[in-house]
Amino acid sequence: MKFPMTIAALALAALMPAADAAALSETGDPLASARWGEMEKSFLAGAPVLFDPRVKVIAPSMAEDPLQVPVTVDATQLGKVVEVLVFADFNPIVQVLRFYPEHASAYLGFRVKLQQSTPVRAAVRTADGIWHVGGTWVNTVGGGCTAPAGSAAAKDWQQRLNAVSGRQWSTGPNAGRLRLRIEHPMDTGLVAGTPAFHLEEIDFHDAAGQRLMRLQTFEPVSENPVFTLQAGENAGAVEASGRDNNGNAFRARIAP
Amino acid sequence: MKYCAMKRRLAFLLAGLSGLLPGLLPAAEFDYALQARKVADGVYAFIGRTEDFTMENGGNIVNTGFIVAPAGLIVIDSGPSLRYGRQMRQSMTAQTGKSPVMLINTHHHPDHFLGNQAFADLPIGALPATVKGIAEEGNAFAENLFRLSGDWMKDTEVQVPNKTLAVGTSDIAGRRLRLIALDGHTGADLAVYDETSGVLFAGDLAFNRRAPTTPHADVTRWLAALDTLEAITREPGFTALVPGHGEVSRDAQPIRQTRAWLTWLQGALRRAAQAGQDMNEVLELPVAPDFAQWPQARSEYRRSVGHLFPAAEQGVLEGRY
Repeated sequence: MKFPMTIAALALAALMPAADAAALSETGDPLASARWGEMEKSFLAGAPVLFDPRVKVIAPSMAEDPLQVPVTVDATQLGKVVEVLVFADFNPIVQVLRFYPEHASAYLGFRVKLQQSTPVRAAVRTADGIWHVGGTWVNTVGGGCTAPAGSAAAKDWQQRLNAVSGRQWSTGPNAGRLRLRIEHPMDTGLVAGTPAFHLEEIDFHDAAGQRLMRLQTFEPVSENPVFTLQAGENAGAVEASGRDNNGNAFRARIAP
Repeated sequence: MKYCAMKRRLAFLLAGLSGLLPGLLPAAEFDYALQARKVADGVYAFIGRTEDFTMENGGNIVNTGFIVAPAGLIVIDSGPSLRYGRQMRQSMTAQTGKSPVMLINTHHHPDHFLGNQAFADLPIGALPATVKGIAEEGNAFAENLFRLSGDWMKDTEVQVPNKTLAVGTSDIAGRRLRLIALDGHTGADLAVYDETSGVLFAGDLAFNRRAPTTPHADVTRWLAALDTLEAITREPGFTALVPGHGEVSRDAQPIRQTRAWLTWLQGALRRAAQAGQDMNEVLELPVAPDFAQWPQARSEYRRSVGHLFPAAEQGVLEGRY
């Protein structure tokens, strides 16, 4: 490490297992992306940044289908998380989504469209204002953002727009998990003649009315998005509500 | 398709560059060394490797074949490239002293039809949905194979079949053939049964000791198609089955293996969806021990998760199973 760590980073390192602490870094993008500097300036400007191995971004290193690349972000090792920003350095639309875990864990599974091989990263802001950054390279043959949505060929997609299906698991190894699917073409606006048309905002509340998570989604999230959340085992019936950039709203209740 | 054409030219350029570097060229002569094997009297097959597309094998991972009819050769599938189609045509004519009179494409996957150009002077027949699939998706498939197989693909262009085939039993070039329209591996899968020899060309509905591919699969339809094919293997005249990939078989074993794989795959994906697993977790699940040793088992399983898990997941989230 070229430069001494900030006090905050030193304090963090003292609390971590030795191997993780050794991997903490304030400089030097571990993914060696030519666009990291630009990413940092655009999204994290001015705030302290740490490359932190406790931010897990799971995705296949070779994506078979650039339209549906599964990504799991797990920042549950960080303690209280305020905001998570997911972006892909080399995507034509870089920003994928943001989520604000309130009463839910700092965990989200989803799928993304990638146009070419790129790092997929999560920047996780903790209450002290530090951005903890983790990520992984995904290789793909690309075409994910400029290919038309499958629904473009289907006749009934308008009837099914914003149809929500979902389930909660209360037993087994995935107890506390919520999975939700929303029918939406998630058009990027990069296909000629098809304007950007995508979900923008989804809120999750538990049965007691507490907000579990606020989620902002952008164009690169895959068509008919599926989200995996850790809502917790005592959430009761979860209400999901949201809208797209054309103002089409939805509201659905997912009972355990 | 201007964009595709541009990409194609780029692929040529890159392939050309690699030719300048000694030792990087996969096979100097781009010779597939095609040697047809006799399956029965008047029935031959070219057996490809049970590998994925590479710069070394040039896409020779597929089985093609031909039947010697009184009027000439009836060719079944044309392989992955123009070079393959040409070499195949040369090899079978040298072997039999007869010329091909007709080509049949079993389905619209690129390893089965990208040699069509070498037979452009003949009737090229396929099921209507196969003709449509080749016309619509052929260029994208070809582009992908240029990327995977490099200069083996030189000058390959999509040649859409010029004839739609009527199913049923009829005399083709003087030989009694049964054309069976099925689906499940793709939206249209043609099987060809040679009534004279009892040889069944199953196309990619049957794989032999090689993990099946599923980019356009409807597993339920595919399983039904396998039942139809297995019934043919129980007919008294049946002698051999030529699968789309893997060795020729004298029994229904490739059908049973393909069925076992598909049944396991469908069940595994459904169970994972029911357990609440996310796609990244499903990708990491092990392949059942019965199949784990097959070539490409792991990579085809991972591909199939991408192709088939979203539907399994949707079924669970919508409460259908």
